[in-house]
Amino acid sequence: MLRYILKRLITTLPLLLGMSLILFALMKMTPGNYFDSLKLNPQISPETIDRYIKLYQLDKPLLVQYFSWLTNILHLEFGYSFFYNIPVANVIGGRIWNTFILSFVSLILTWGVAIPLGICAAIYRNKFADRLIQFLSYVALSSPSFFIAMLLLYFVSQSGFLPLGGMHSANYEEFNWIGRFFDVLRHVAIPAIALSIASIGALQRIMRGNMLEVLGQQYILTARAKGLPEQRVIYVHALRNAINPLITLLGYEFSGLLSGAALLEIICSWPGLGALMLTAVQSKDIYLVMATSLMGSVLLIMGNLLADILLVRLDPRIRYE
Amino acid sequence: MNKSALGLSQWERALTQFCANRFAVVCLIILALIHGAAIFADFLAPYSFSNEDRTFSYAPPSKIHFIDENGQWRAPFIYGRKITFDQYHKREYLDQVEQKYSLRFFVKGDAYKILWMVPCSWHLFGVKEGGRIYLCGADSRGRDLFSRLLHGARISLSIGIVGVLISFSIGLLVGGIAGYYGGKVDDILMRVCEMFMLFPGFYLLLALRAVVPASFTSVQVYVSIIIILSFIGWASLARVIRGMCLSLKEREYVLAAKTMGLSDLTIIIRHILPHTLSYSLIAVMLSIPGYILAESSLSLIGLGIQDPYASWGNLLSEAMGIVKIKFAPWILLPGFFILVTVMCFNIVGDALRDALDPKSS
Repeated sequence: MLRYILKRLITTLPLLLGMSLILFALMKMTPGNYFDSLKLNPQISPETIDRYIKLYQLDKPLLVQYFSWLTNILHLEFGYSFFYNIPVANVIGGRIWNTFILSFVSLILTWGVAIPLGICAAIYRNKFADRLIQFLSYVALSSPSFFIAMLLLYFVSQSGFLPLGGMHSANYEEFNWIGRFFDVLRHVAIPAIALSIASIGALQRIMRGNMLEVLGQQYILTARAKGLPEQRVIYVHALRNAINPLITLLGYEFSGLLSGAALLEIICSWPGLGALMLTAVQSKDIYLVMATSLMGSVLLIMGNLLADILLVRLDPRIRYE
Repeated sequence: MNKSALGLSQWERALTQFCANRFAVVCLIILALIHGAAIFADFLAPYSFSNEDRTFSYAPPSKIHFIDENGQWRAPFIYGRKITFDQYHKREYLDQVEQKYSLRFFVKGDAYKILWMVPCSWHLFGVKEGGRIYLCGADSRGRDLFSRLLHGARISLSIGIVGVLISFSIGLLVGGIAGYYGGKVDDILMRVCEMFMLFPGFYLLLALRAVVPASFTSVQVYVSIIIILSFIGWASLARVIRGMCLSLKEREYVLAAKTMGLSDLTIIIRHILPHTLSYSLIAVMLSIPGYILAESSLSLIGLGIQDPYASWGNLLSEAMGIVKIKFAPWILLPGFFILVTVMCFNIVGDALRDALDPKSS
C-alpha cells in the first residue's frame, strides 16, 4: 500500500514539473508585468523595485528565472506576493484550508443527498417517485452553479436567515468553538448548496443505475430466497456493491469540485483559492498565480489519491501492488 | 455495409429510436428555435444590442394592454412611462395614460445586416418613435433585455459550437495519432493530456485568460476565449479516442490500407477516426453545455465578453449585486436561458447515446 502511494506520488512529480513549466511560460507571455504598475506608484522608490528584480532574478534569462523559482519552491518558498506585500505562502495557507472546507462540505452534502435519492429511485423504479427524482435530476444536472448561487442569494436576501457572503460574522472572535463552527457552517451553506446541486443530479443517476444493476444480480435473489428482510437485502447486500464504483468517481469529481468551488468563491465572496486566483490574475501577481494554480493541482492530485486509497480500503477485491 | 436484417442502416435505426423519445425531440425543437432566434436576432429583436436610453434604467417589463383607461377594447398597445423617485429614492415608473404606443409589426428601426450581408432595418415588432418597448425589462443603461438576450444568444451559442469543434478536432487528431503509433509517441502525448487534466479547469482558464492583452478589441477577445476554451477541453476526449484507436488499428482493413501504401495520416483520418464517429457525436452534444457554461462563468466575473457586446454570462453579471436583483428581478432571465439550453443539450445528448450506442443504456 505504502509502496503504491509512493509510486503514485513519484509518477505525478514529472507532471507537476511540466505543469509548473507551462504556468511559468504562460505568466511570462502575459503582456506587461506587475513592476510596470509598481513603477507608476510614487510611494515605491525605484531602488525598491530594483531590489525586487534582483531578488527574483527577473533581469536574468527566462530559464534562470524558472529554475530559481523552482528551487525556491522545493524549499517551500513560493515567492513574494507583490499585491499583498507578504510571502505567497502566507497568503495561500489559509486560503487552501477555506477551499478545502467548501469542497468538503459540498462533497458530504452531495453524497448525503444523492445516495439515498439514488437508492429510493432504484427501489421505486418507474413509479412516480422515481420519475419525479429523474426529472428533478435532469434540471439539477443542467443548472449552472453560479445561477443557483444567485437565486439562493436572492431568496436569502429576502428572508435574511443566512449571511450573504464572506466566511465569518463580524463578531466571530467572541464565539466559543461551537459558535464558530456553526458560524462558518452558516456562511458556507449557500456556496456549498449551489456547488452540490448539479453533482447531486449526476451522482443520483449513476447511483440509481448501479443499484438497479446490483439488484438484478443472482446473489440478491439468493438473499431474498433465504428469507432475509428486504431492508437487509437492500442496505447491506446491495448497497455496498452499488457504492463501490462511485468511489472511483470521487477522484474525478475533485477536478469539477475545485473548478466549481473557484467560481462560487468569487460569487459568494468566500475567501478561498479561486477568489485569490482571480485577484492574482487581475493584478498580474505572477508568483501568486503560479503558486495558486500549482496548489489547485496538488489538491486535485491528493483528492485522486485519496479516492484510490479509499477504494482499496472498502473493496477487498482490489489490491495495489 | 451496416444493413441489418430489417434492411435499415445503423443510422436509420438510430433515427427511429431517437424520434421515439418524444421528450428529446421536443428539446431538439427548442434548441432549433433558440439557434434560429440567435441567427435572426437582428430581425426578431426590436432594438440593436447597444441601443440605450438611460432615462429607462432598470425599467420593468412593459405591460401590453388590450383595454384602455375607458374600458374600451383596442389593438395591443403600451403606455408611455415616466420615472419618479419615492421618498427613499427608489425608482418608480408610472404609466402615462395620455401616451399610448400601439404595438406594430414590421417596423423600421436600428439598421443591421441580414446574416451579416444584406443591409436592412426592418424589425419584427416595435413601437413608434418616442416610446420604448421592454418585453423583458431594461438593464442599468436602459437597454432592452429581450434584444440583448437574443444578441447574446449569438455569442454564447457560437462559442459553444465553435469551441467544441476546434477542441474535438485537436482531441481526435491527438488521440488518433497516440493510439495509432503507440509506444513513445503515445506515452508523451498521454502525459501531456494528463498534465492538462491535472489542472482544475477554472484555474487554467484564469491563467490562460491572463495572457490575453487588455488592448484586444471585443472581437479579438471573443476569438481568444474560443481558443482558450478549446485549449482546455481536448485532453479528455483525446484519451478516449486513443483507447478506441488502440483496438481499431488492429483491424484487417487498417492492414489492407497499409498494404495499399496509404500514408499514416490518411489512414488515421480516413479509416480509423470515422469509426469513432458515433462516440464523438454523443460526446460533442454532451460537452457543448460545458463550453457555454465556461464562457458564461468567465463573462460573469468580467473576464469574458466585454460590454457593450452581450453574452448570456455577461448579461447575468449584472445580477451579481443582490440589491439589483431585489429591485429588478428580470435581470436573472439570462440564467434561465442558460439553464434551458444546457438542459436541452443534455437531454438530446442522452437520447442520442441511447439511440446510437444501445449497449451503454
